[in-house]
Amino acid sequence: MTVRRIRGWGLLAVPGILFLLVLFGWPLADMAILSLTEPSPANYSVFTESPVYLDAYVTTFIVAVVTTGACLLLGYPYAYVMHMGGRRPALVLGFFVLLPFWSSILVRTFAWSVWLQDSGIVNATLMGAGIIDEPLPLIRNALGTTIGMTHVLLPFMVLSLYAGMRRIDPDLARAALSLGASPLTAFRRVFLPLSMAGVYAGSLIVFVISLGFYLTPAVLGDPGRPLVGQLIVEQVNGQLELGVGSALGVVLLVATLAVIWAGTRLVDLRTVMGYDE
Amino acid sequence: MRGRSPLKAGLRAVVALIAIFLLLPTLVVIPLSFTEGTLLRWPPRGFDLRWYETLLTDPAWRDAALKSLEVGLWTALTATVIGTATALGLARGRFRGRRLTGSLVLSPIVVPTVITAIGTYFVFVRLGIIGTTAGLVLAHTVLALPLVIVSVTNSLQSFDRNLELAAASLGAGPVTTFFRVTLPMIAPGVAASALFAFITSWDEIVVALFVTDPVVRTLPVVIFNQLRSGVDPTVAAAATLLILVTVMALGVALLARRRVKT
Repeated sequence: MTVRRIRGWGLLAVPGILFLLVLFGWPLADMAILSLTEPSPANYSVFTESPVYLDAYVTTFIVAVVTTGACLLLGYPYAYVMHMGGRRPALVLGFFVLLPFWSSILVRTFAWSVWLQDSGIVNATLMGAGIIDEPLPLIRNALGTTIGMTHVLLPFMVLSLYAGMRRIDPDLARAALSLGASPLTAFRRVFLPLSMAGVYAGSLIVFVISLGFYLTPAVLGDPGRPLVGQLIVEQVNGQLELGVGSALGVVLLVATLAVIWAGTRLVDLRTVMGYDE
Repeated sequence: MRGRSPLKAGLRAVVALIAIFLLLPTLVVIPLSFTEGTLLRWPPRGFDLRWYETLLTDPAWRDAALKSLEVGLWTALTATVIGTATALGLARGRFRGRRLTGSLVLSPIVVPTVITAIGTYFVFVRLGIIGTTAGLVLAHTVLALPLVIVSVTNSLQSFDRNLELAAASLGAGPVTTFFRVTLPMIAPGVAASALFAFITSWDEIVVALFVTDPVVRTLPVVIFNQLRSGVDPTVAAAATLLILVTVMALGVALLARRRVKT
């Protein structure tokens, strides 16, 4: 009896690859070409002409580092309880993560402006209670941006950490306990090191997304000190400086790819994206 | 883990607070959408449905909501068809550079959306398709495709290929095997990824800002423009509508996925 095995499965991938080549590859290539030809490679000299651009990259980098740190700090205990807490907590906590993960970033950012404004919920409450006389500067600065971005990106961190923790063999921590380790030692010496793959994956994805973020800084950030994403939009959409905008985009793209390349020394990119194979 | 020690109880309390931080801030837009006042101010006053009336009757809002729905449905269809085929091709195909290709098709996830947006804008200007529904669908399909590929690939991993071999050994042809065995097995994953693709498009703003025009706009674009100019509580009503549709789509997607496990 012969089993007819299907051949040529690979052909099924052709339309998708072509689609992405035309609608994703071409746009990126077009941007790179425009950065050199619209009008000339001198587009890249904006970095030496005005401190605004370099400043934006430095601020973006700092905001991305702080956001990643904050997400890790909040995300690790959350993912840990989700993993160890049993069936029902895992379900409830998972739902609490998936809902914001899939909700509109625009709506979540808009909601934060309601909380953080000078007349917003936080300031109105504190002033009503007589704790402060003047509203705290929570919005239109790096603090507002960082709070909003941490909220938006925390689900990415939790899901990466949780995926990493689920790959850990639970018998290993049990073995440590049965050999006399205290629960804290078992966590510190066995579970924590094994969970580092998830930590790297989560940090990488959060950091990379932070680098190119546009929306949250545009709504919650300081218009006078824009981040890279805002600068690019402003150049292309506002000033119609397509060449300069493209040059800023190319530098951001190269920086992002460099971070990803460095990150994949530590972790497989496929695990970062939940691509099990 | 039983919360007996103070350490565990403390940990649970902290995690409960983080859960509140995840969920609560977004929900303020819902009470705000029912305010009687004309300003988007906390606290909301009274109870009034007129902002929803504006949303459904004002042509600017209504057209945008319908356009979002239209673009989302088309995106779900194109991304799911192309993405499922790509996932099958990459998982089953035997060709050189398969692993590399598998990583490259996911790259729209990691390339900053701002960059995708301006590049797409340049190309769409050349093609003359700025402000068209088809252009918006194509641009959103780029963003949704990797999510579909990941989702379908994962459901392909979790099913037993011996079922296909059994069907083939009993005389089913390749096409019959695919439609009678493979597709039904991965159907929940495919359905879930269609919903994820829809949500991706429904909520998308950065690319939409660049490839829409003042006539053809999606709901997030109108909300964003409103946030920058004068804000009235219709924004909160529109935001509530965005959340509501997303929650429904997510709920259905999770149910579809659960079926695969049982």
